[in-house]
Amino acid sequence: MAGPHKWDGTISGLDFCEAARTFSQRWKEVNPTLTHWVWIPRPMISGSAIGEGVGYLSLENMCHQRSTEDLVVSECCSADEEQSVDCATLNDNRGTHFYDYHILYNFSYNVPVLYFRGYQYDGQPLPLERVKEDFPPHSSSILKESRWTFLTTEDHPFLRRPWHMLHPCGTRDWMKLLFSCSHLSESEAVRQYLPSWLSVVGQVVGFNLPLAIHEGLSSSPVTNWVQPS
Amino acid sequence: MEICSEEAVKYVWEGAIPLQIHLHESEVTTLPPPAPVLVLGYRIGYLPLLIPQIKPHFDSTLPPGVDTVWFDYKGVPLKWYIPTGVLFDLLCPEPERPWNLTVHFRGYPGELLTPCDGEEAVKWSFINSLKEAAYIINGNCKSIMNMSQADQYELWQSVLNGTLENYSRVVPRLKLGVLREDCKMRSISRSQQVTGETNDSLPNQTGRIPVRLYIRNVEDIDDLEGIGALDSWEKISYINRPVENHDEGGLFTLRRAMESLLPELFGPSSPSPGNQRRKTKLDAAAGEPPEAAQQETHTAQVARIRLIRVQGIVPGWDTPFAWVVNNLSHPDFFLHVCVLVSASQGSH
Repeated sequence: MAGPHKWDGTISGLDFCEAARTFSQRWKEVNPTLTHWVWIPRPMISGSAIGEGVGYLSLENMCHQRSTEDLVVSECCSADEEQSVDCATLNDNRGTHFYDYHILYNFSYNVPVLYFRGYQYDGQPLPLERVKEDFPPHSSSILKESRWTFLTTEDHPFLRRPWHMLHPCGTRDWMKLLFSCSHLSESEAVRQYLPSWLSVVGQVVGFNLPLAIHEGLSSSPVTNWVQPS
Repeated sequence: MEICSEEAVKYVWEGAIPLQIHLHESEVTTLPPPAPVLVLGYRIGYLPLLIPQIKPHFDSTLPPGVDTVWFDYKGVPLKWYIPTGVLFDLLCPEPERPWNLTVHFRGYPGELLTPCDGEEAVKWSFINSLKEAAYIINGNCKSIMNMSQADQYELWQSVLNGTLENYSRVVPRLKLGVLREDCKMRSISRSQQVTGETNDSLPNQTGRIPVRLYIRNVEDIDDLEGIGALDSWEKISYINRPVENHDEGGLFTLRRAMESLLPELFGPSSPSPGNQRRKTKLDAAAGEPPEAAQQETHTAQVARIRLIRVQGIVPGWDTPFAWVVNNLSHPDFFLHVCVLVSASQGSH
């Protein structure tokens, strides 16, 4: 990845793997008790070891409580079964939705892409229209105003089933903008890429990142921008 | 060999799969059940676009309800955004003529298929692919985004109706050019030069070539006919990665291009084009017993390419890749390649 002046907002496939490793590590450090981002390696050809190093980040079973506006990275919805029962009894069972998030690398646009899907407490998947209702209120205005992304349902490149995703065609441009005020070395930029990227796309789907994830706050591209209230 | 062959492109656009469409038995409400309908599916077309031809034959027998049309082949729902020719090449290693498909008008399998409400969805998917190809080639989608309404309409109609002449008229305005023999640059084709463009090469090229690979793992038997039908899309690996020629000199062949995307299927020792067996890393996960490994003096092979098909033909490995790209690409500027691989079962 070239320095900030020549940088075009993209990240290479190798740098993505590196950034993913760093991000999941950092997430674990900052939120030791919460659901973790896990790197899922996937061979390029299923049933073989061909194409090692390829994979994606996965965070699954995130609880969305209908009563709050944003998704809370909730302790009650960790992998621990005992705790997830508490989550169900705290809220109206039927209103609880669960979300899976996958971060994949897109080789055409050279940027990460967020794939997600929602489902009801009984495992029944949610259609996109229903998922949109779980988004925070300002999400629809972000989508309407900016031409840089749109929601669509496409086949998950690895799982070969329909998942919702934020189309990557505009990512390069706004990532370049986001990093334009910061003066980071190449390696720092790679490390900041995913947290910065996810903090922006997360606003659309209502996925909040703890602020501590942006290590070295003074140099994080995200803190250079005023967040809309 | 001409890098651009009008004749080859014409063959591709005229290529079609004879289809025999059966209505699913659960949706037959009349006796006798309706006969299957025969339609010709353009290779470069998409199955949902055939619905206007198919539906009239089954209209009277359908149960009440709203139509949500989908197709299956031997029980496997067909992904509607994949061109018909590619589906055929992938799912029928030994071509079946006519190709027997089942149509459903109810019970859309939303878990397995992305939503499709007909022509609009297919058009949207096509334009998106074209945008992606433009991005891969030029580093931006401007030429597609800036298409006039008239051009967009003419482009889509030409794909819908399979009219190459109309398509060829609109294509120069997409500013995507044709691939040069070195596979590193693109230039305005001869026919485009007629319109008075002074530049031979196009600006802002990335040197990347849009390719979509569909890889199917099949049994390691010699006879293609004996290969069982696909039972799940999970057995198909989809690789959407641009090809780039990093070679210094020498002809960039189909083999070199595939090798760049699937290096593990091509070993350091590549004797003759006819011998497609390759040596690759030992993989315990592929089920190779440890004893077999010890018998080999070199690393054992784990997978070999059985067949590679583009637009229904098996191009020779030494075919110049530029020829394959310029003549066998789909109208969305992607080269769709079907690859059948077999994992080795024990020693040979």
